Amino acid sequence: MNDKKLIITGVIIFIFILIFPFLYNLGGTTEFIDPVLSEKAKAAKFCVVPKEDMKVEHMQILDVWRDTVVRKGERVYVNSDGKKFTMSLSTGENSCLGCHNNKAEFCDRCHDYASVRPYCWDCHTDPKEIK
Amino acid sequence: MLETALKGTKRYWGLLAAFAVVMGIGFLIYLKQFDFGLGITGMSRDVSWGFYIAQFTFLVGVAAGGVMVVIPYYLHDYKKFGKITILGEFLAIAAIVMCLLFIVIDLGQPMRILNVWLHPSPGSVLFWDTIVLNGYLFLNLLVGWIVLQSERNAVPPPKWIKPFIYLSIPFAFGIHTVTAYLYCGLPGRHFWMTAILAPRFLASAFAAGPSFLILLCFIVRKYTKFDPGKDAIQALSKIVTYAIIANVFFLVCEVFVAMYSGIPSHMDHIKYLYVGLHGHGALVPWMWASVILMLLAIILLVNPVTRRNESVLMAACIFVFAGTWIDKGLGMISGGFVPSPLHHVNEYIPSVLEVVLSLSVWAAGFFVLTILFKMAVSIKEEVNA
Amino acid sequence: MENSRRKFLKVAGASALGMGMAGTAVRAIASGSGNKPKTMKNDNALTAKHWGMVIDTRKFKSHKDVQKLIDVCHKIHNVPDFEYLGEHKQQMHEIKWMWEEEYKHAFTDLNYKYVNKRVEHLPFLVLCNHCENPPCVKACPTKATFKRDDGIVSMDFHRCIGCRFCMAACPYGSRSFNFRDPRAALNLKEETVSGFPTRMKGVVEKCNFCAERLAIGKKPACVEASNGAIAFGDLEDPESDVRKLLESNYTIRRKQGMGTEPSVYYIV
Repeated sequence: MNDKKLIITGVIIFIFILIFPFLYNLGGTTEFIDPVLSEKAKAAKFCVVPKEDMKVEHMQILDVWRDTVVRKGERVYVNSDGKKFTMSLSTGENSCLGCHNNKAEFCDRCHDYASVRPYCWDCHTDPKEIK
Repeated sequence: MLETALKGTKRYWGLLAAFAVVMGIGFLIYLKQFDFGLGITGMSRDVSWGFYIAQFTFLVGVAAGGVMVVIPYYLHDYKKFGKITILGEFLAIAAIVMCLLFIVIDLGQPMRILNVWLHPSPGSVLFWDTIVLNGYLFLNLLVGWIVLQSERNAVPPPKWIKPFIYLSIPFAFGIHTVTAYLYCGLPGRHFWMTAILAPRFLASAFAAGPSFLILLCFIVRKYTKFDPGKDAIQALSKIVTYAIIANVFFLVCEVFVAMYSGIPSHMDHIKYLYVGLHGHGALVPWMWASVILMLLAIILLVNPVTRRNESVLMAACIFVFAGTWIDKGLGMISGGFVPSPLHHVNEYIPSVLEVVLSLSVWAAGFFVLTILFKMAVSIKEEVNA
Repeated sequence: MENSRRKFLKVAGASALGMGMAGTAVRAIASGSGNKPKTMKNDNALTAKHWGMVIDTRKFKSHKDVQKLIDVCHKIHNVPDFEYLGEHKQQMHEIKWMWEEEYKHAFTDLNYKYVNKRVEHLPFLVLCNHCENPPCVKACPTKATFKRDDGIVSMDFHRCIGCRFCMAACPYGSRSFNFRDPRAALNLKEETVSGFPTRMKGVVEKCNFCAERLAIGKKPACVEASNGAIAFGDLEDPESDVRKLLESNYTIRRKQGMGTEPSVYYIV
């Protein structure tokens, strides 16, 4: 067989494609910096659900919330303690960013580290980032 | 069977390479469109569907046209089509591939395309269109593959394939009917709101598809050792003749109803397309070219002397294909949007990027078609040898 | 292709499963401690069986009167203005929730040569009609546009795939498509307001009867800014402002013959 060269080239291309994501991310941030809880959030002590659940489930909760708000027109969430929250990322004091008023140090830090880019912010605004 | 597509002449590989280059250019343009949005096209608030959807509509027709070889062979036992049914089915596959690509590139948020099945909406014609198109693609792949394999192994096709073949016939009609229903059920779009839109689409489909198939047969005969047969080509040309006459007849019906009734909202679109409206008439020369091409084709096809002359037939098929393409791939969609429901006249001119990207989708379709035809022809040559 | 079909089915199955699991997870949280969490409307939310609008065109004298309302609407909903692109592109890619039309364009089927001169040149305010039988809702393949129980035809921008079938279906030209990133225009003028999200490129948008304001007890912005020229209320409540106006005035609707049953009425 005279295909040695072809095979080797193929293998090299395959390996390159395989390790491309790692090469691509070389030089990026790898150090994890703990997200900072805002003063307001610290004072509140309690999020809509317990912290541990929030860590794991926040995207699922937001997904359910958006359907509830947009499609059912219900905008208030009453948690197990009877506390009311506005089911909104950024509208008003009682929304997510109303309490976590430090998106850059809270949301973005983890998202950047995990290299996820939720498209929420393509439309939803951080009141701090606009004048 | 795929291995037959991997061994070919320089000409075969050159052809594939040429298509691949155009596809590559298209891919780059698509990246640009993906990043910027559909604003790189000539579409606008008033003309919100353009070249992409028009190509899609035309190609659904080409795909449905494949059934015009399946029906005579499988339902009427017309043996002479036996050699070319596979070509018709493979043409349908390539056309559907193009259709699906055109739908995807027309979406504003293509990453969310699965929402159509995650939130199925039986009330939406588009939902049904995705189902019949994918169904027809699947049926043609299955039938084409199994029948070709049996031919290679010199055995008759298995019995279980028959139901799928029969099913593919209503699906062929279905894809173009449902595609017409996308348009003809919309209130406020009077150009499309006609009960003969689906029949008209089918007529133009059964002209465009088989005429293209005839041209492909000529190419296959010239460059390979496989001869689809003079009789098969002549029989196809008769189908094209009937279909193109029906298409022009339907067009006459449309124009009569709109103009004789004198209802402005129905007349305006036809005026825009054929004589211009309020000083706007970008499509007028095209539409007349289409009419002339189709009429010329009818003259050449109806007369048996000219039809039997293969060079004349070739020209007639090109006329049919070009004429129906202008009619459907250019006028049908823009024509429905101009004037707008509020009677504003905002014309649509496709952008250069839009046209090149569309061309590259055609190239992708021809890429698939070349490979499929290569397989079919190689196996025919193998069996005959 | 057969392969990609199979792959698709797998992906679709997996995502359906994933969604199911998300549901259980959220439910699990829900049954954690204390009372069961619930969702509800605001206590002060305005509700109706069928929201409707009556526009008294006699109270709009000039372009300025309607433009004021359009500006309010577009401002609070972050509707971009592509003025900087030049007239041609601006018009092609225009986003509008509410705009001004001449009589002959707003009421295409009611126009005639000797129509009253006052009406002929009156600035008509047009917007989504929130039809009882909305063709856009029927056309949408993902239910991204849907009719709420209170009659508002709403958009779920998260779900829209940008196929623009709804734009072809709407007989009133009420829908706009984001042909480009709307933020480009908003950032340029540093005009984004908080309280309502912007949109992203590739989705369709239109008037939402200020659903976000009704939810917190406020009438639509245009109604509030109109000094009584626009009435808004429950069409199914015989005692509502809108019903009283409909009772005491002759009103017209756009393209009555289409069977769409608009919820926006005009006194001329």
